Amino acid sequence: MNPGTLRQILLITDGCSNHGEDPSAMAAFAREQGITVNVIGVMEQDVIDQKGMQEIESIAQTGGGVSQIVYSSQLSQTVQMVTRKAMTQTIQGVVNKELQQILGRSQTIDDLPPEKRGEVVEVVEELGETAGLEVLVLVDTSASMTHKLPTVKEALLDLSLSLNARMGENKFSVFVFPGKKSDVEKLLDWTPNLEALTKVFSKLSPGGMTPTGPALREALSYFKKKRSLRSLLSNDDEQFFEESV
Amino acid sequence: MMMNNSLRSQCKALPGTIIKGKWYKNEYKVIKELGFGANGIVYLAEFGGQEVALKVSDNSMSISSEMNILKSFTKVQGSALGPSLLSVDDWVNQGVTLPFYVMEYIKGETYLDFLRYKGTSWSVVLILQLLKNLSLLHQSGWIFGDLKPENLIISSPSCQIRCVDVGGTTIKGRSIKEFTEFFDRGYWGLGSRKAEPSYDLFAVAMIFLNSYYPNRFTKKTDGYSQLSQAIKGKKELKVYEQVLEKALLGKYSTAMEMRNELLAAANQNADRISRQQPSPSRNMRQTQSRSRRKQKKGGLLESLLLVVLISFIYLLYIYTKLL
Ligand SMILES: Nc1ncnc2c1ncn2[C@@H]1O[C@H](COP(=O)(O)OP(=O)(O)OP(=O)(O)O)[C@@H](O)[C@H]1O
Ligand SMILES: [Mg+2]
Repeated sequence: MNPGTLRQILLITDGCSNHGEDPSAMAAFAREQGITVNVIGVMEQDVIDQKGMQEIESIAQTGGGVSQIVYSSQLSQTVQMVTRKAMTQTIQGVVNKELQQILGRSQTIDDLPPEKRGEVVEVVEELGETAGLEVLVLVDTSASMTHKLPTVKEALLDLSLSLNARMGENKFSVFVFPGKKSDVEKLLDWTPNLEALTKVFSKLSPGGMTPTGPALREALSYFKKKRSLRSLLSNDDEQFFEESV
Repeated sequence: MMMNNSLRSQCKALPGTIIKGKWYKNEYKVIKELGFGANGIVYLAEFGGQEVALKVSDNSMSISSEMNILKSFTKVQGSALGPSLLSVDDWVNQGVTLPFYVMEYIKGETYLDFLRYKGTSWSVVLILQLLKNLSLLHQSGWIFGDLKPENLIISSPSCQIRCVDVGGTTIKGRSIKEFTEFFDRGYWGLGSRKAEPSYDLFAVAMIFLNSYYPNRFTKKTDGYSQLSQAIKGKKELKVYEQVLEKALLGKYSTAMEMRNELLAAANQNADRISRQQPSPSRNMRQTQSRSRRKQKKGGLLESLLLVVLISFIYLLYIYTKLL
């Protein structure tokens, strides 16, 4: 199998959106276009916001991704775990589709006898290691996130460390919401590693509303812009993961 | 990281529970829980009159992947790279299908418990053993990845160290699959997460540190100087400062290289101690050695008296002869 490119949006937030369209709808919209939406909810040690948690879960569900609620102290390990898990999930989805084509039934990996499963897992792992990956990070910088931002920065640096140990190519970009003038603001354009983040992050001035839905919408359009440019240069294997989601 | 709570309850099996395989129909009787982690629960079970360890999970990906690794280990001749794999199957528990595998049960204490019971003077010996195991593992193309005290069992009665939990074990050259912050060089800002021998060797150094800092600690600002200070802070570690520093900085490219230098340092240290206190059983626990030191003092007095007495008799003898 030829590994294509996996596309993900990684949303880091601490709770409720309060402006613009429904973020879950936007996540579902992203999924329709082969982009997975993962959500990490950063909580205070003992504040559990039921409504916020529900929103977080729902965005990931409709976005075909993974969600996880964490305390800020555990953020680093979680960010890389969620990203990897979502990659595996997407690849597994693709492999399941292929299996169904071969076996002609509604077979999934789990229906195979354990030994055969092992062979499939080998393929999934190999793809996860070699596939290209594009992660658009979307960080909530509304007022409530202020003192969590240093941890978010650390976690993102850690993520690029983890993923850059892979054999496949990585591209990251970082957006924050709300932006100074609009709902979203681009902080970092597509780049293979996030080191440049250290400088730009310290200049952030958090505050304002939480327009999660609009932020997702704009992030998506940024993905598309890049892709239409790419398709002009006609790169066929890029289509691999999109078709099968 | 803890396993999701609902998953944990799904995989829960009380002592006495019969876990029957869906594919091969073997029956395993649960004796007790051995431990749990991010990827499942491990049980001690009985099968055909033998004790086995059984790992149940809700994640067929991770179980299958671990199965692949353990299987490939059995192909390495005469080795004890991990617990040997006995069987793989599914357990249907109240309508939910849970994949599991059965492996050799390694009876013994985990690393830190062992040191707690037997004393930290064991740490060097265990680390030497561990390096030998890792050398073999690396030579077969694998990097252990999630190396930490919880994943090391000292088997009894031979006191040989064994690695369990191959969940983080990664093919050389790929990216480390699973890790634990304290033992991860990436966390300390001291290297990449590429699977290479030096990744494991960093973790070995941290296990050594953990032996003397059982509560571990978190990163402040400069990871390297913090770890350096930690080594200098314990005299038992300071003896191995050079070796530990080299491992932390990724300067060893093979486990054997590190083992040789550690062994040399350990010998030097042993010689130094012998010179300081020439007692043959100096390695006993502290309380014992303290009482022995008292005995030693008494012994010294005794022999001094004896020498004086003998010289006196000898003098007397010469004196009588002269007369
Ligand atoms: N073969 C074995 N024999 C004896 N004890 C074992 C064996 N395998 C595992 N254990 C015990 O069970 C514990 C949990 O097992 P294991 O580490 O495989 O779980 P895990 O879910 O992968 O944990 P982690 O969170 O470290 O990934 C181990 O720490 C060890 O003490
Ligand atoms: Mg473990």
